[in-house]
Amino acid sequence: MNLSGIARALHYPQILMIGIIDYRAGNAPSVGYALTRLGIEHELVDTPERIETLDRIILPGVGAARATIDSLESSGLVEPLTRRVRDDRVPFLGICIGLQVLFEHSEESDTACLGWVPGEVRKFPDTARVPQIGWNSVQLQREHPLTASFPDGGHCYFVNSYYAVPASDDDVLGRTDYGLEFCSVVAHDNIVATQFHAEKSGPLGLGLLTAFAEWDPASGDSAPGDSAC
Amino acid sequence: MLTKRLIACFDVVDGRVTKAQQFQDNIDVAPAEELAQRLYEDQIDEIVFYDITASAQRRKIDLDTVRKVAQHVFVPFTVGGGIRSVDDMFEVLKAGAEKISVDSMAVRNPDIIRQGADAFGRQCVVLSTQVKHVGVSNGLPSGYEVFIDGAREPTGMDALDWVRRGEDLGAGEIVVNSIDRDGTASGYDLDITSAVAASVNVPVIASGGAGTVDHIAAGLTEGGAQAAIISSILYSPRLERNLGVRELKEALAARDVPMRPYLET
Repeated sequence: MNLSGIARALHYPQILMIGIIDYRAGNAPSVGYALTRLGIEHELVDTPERIETLDRIILPGVGAARATIDSLESSGLVEPLTRRVRDDRVPFLGICIGLQVLFEHSEESDTACLGWVPGEVRKFPDTARVPQIGWNSVQLQREHPLTASFPDGGHCYFVNSYYAVPASDDDVLGRTDYGLEFCSVVAHDNIVATQFHAEKSGPLGLGLLTAFAEWDPASGDSAPGDSAC
Repeated sequence: MLTKRLIACFDVVDGRVTKAQQFQDNIDVAPAEELAQRLYEDQIDEIVFYDITASAQRRKIDLDTVRKVAQHVFVPFTVGGGIRSVDDMFEVLKAGAEKISVDSMAVRNPDIIRQGADAFGRQCVVLSTQVKHVGVSNGLPSGYEVFIDGAREPTGMDALDWVRRGEDLGAGEIVVNSIDRDGTASGYDLDITSAVAASVNVPVIASGGAGTVDHIAAGLTEGGAQAAIISSILYSPRLERNLGVRELKEALAARDVPMRPYLET
C-alpha cells in the first residue's frame, strides 16, 4: 500500500476504495450503478494518478480489444495498472473485454494485449451465430471465494464474439458451452475476470460483484499451483 | 447452453412508456424507470428502449431517462432513437446502455454501423428494421420492403438485402419488426423472420405482433429467432389480461424453448 492508501486506511479503517477504470471503449457507469445498488463505495477512475490510491480495481468493457488497449495506452493507464495489479497485487476484476485484454494476444484485429495471464483470445467459429448474445450457464471448475455463493450452472449474460484460452487450466474457474467449451471465469492469483457482464447478470452477477468487493486474495484462496507463495 | 431471450420493448415519449398499434395511436402506460424496475424484478432477460420521437424531432436522445432506467436495471439494456454519430453512441453507452439500436439513421447513413462497430465492437450495434410485406417485384425479391421514420417512409430497399448489408457493415444483431403485425397481437411474421435468420449469422430478434405464449414460442422456433421482443403481452392496457415474465418463461419452457430459469429469491 502506498502512502495515500495508508493515510486513508488509518482515517477510514473500514473503507476500501474500488476504482472502476473509465475509458472510452468501456461501460464504467453501468458497473458503478450496480455497485451503488449494492451499497459498495467506488469511484470512476480515468487518470494514472488516481490508480495509485485504489485498493481494488475493476476493468469493465463493452468494446473491441484493439480500441480498449489503444484507449488505455493513450490515457497512460497501462503502466500504473500493470504495476498496481502485478507488483502491488491489488485485487483486480476484469469484465467482458476486461477479461480478454488480460491475455497475451487477441485475434481481434491481431492485438497485443496486457499479458498478465498466459494465454490467448480466439474468435468463435462460424458454426454458431456470432456474436454470442444472451444468458448462458456457467459450470464452476473448483472452489473460489468469488463464486462461493454462485450456483453451479447459474445463467449469466454474455455478449462476445471472442473467447479466452488460458495457457493453464488452473486459471479456469468457470466454463461455458457455446458450440465449444470456453473459459467464462478466470482466476489467477489476485486477478479474477468474467467473460459475461456481471453487472448485467441480475442477482447472480450482483452476488459476484459483492464477493469481489469482499475478497482477500492474500488469505490463501488463490488457485493451486498458480502462486509464487 | 445459450437460452432464448425475452426482451421487453419500451416506446418512450417524454420519459414515459407508451403503447402504439401499427406505429400509431400511442397510449400512455407508465414512467420508463418504474416499468423497467418492475420488469427487472420479474426477471425479464433484457430491455430495449426506443426514444420514438427523437429522430422525427431531430433532437438528441433523452439521456436522463436512459440513466434513470440504467440505475434500476441490472440486465442488458439497448437504446435507440436519434442516434446520428459515434459520439451520440458514446453518450448513450456512458449513460448506462450496453447496446445501441440504429434504424432510420442507418438507412440514411449506413456507415454509422461500421463506425459504431469499430469503436465499440460489433456486439454493441443492433440494426433494427421496419419491414412490410408488399409482394415480390423486381427490386424487392423477398417481397418485403424496408420502411423508416416510424414506418411512414418506404425506402425501396429489399429487407433481406438490407440485413445482409447491415451484417457486413458490422451489425451484431438484427431486429425484424413487422409493420403489418405491430401491436396487433396476431403473432410475429414468421416468414420474414425465418428468412432473415437464414440470411445472416448474427442473432436475430423477432418483433411486432406477439399476443400469446404460442406466438412467442413460434418466433423462437419456426421463426428461427434467438430472442423475442414483447410489449403488449406484458403491459398493454388494450389487452384484457397481461402476463408476467415468470408465467411466460414457464410456459415457454413447457413448450421446450430453452429459457433462463426463474430464480427463487
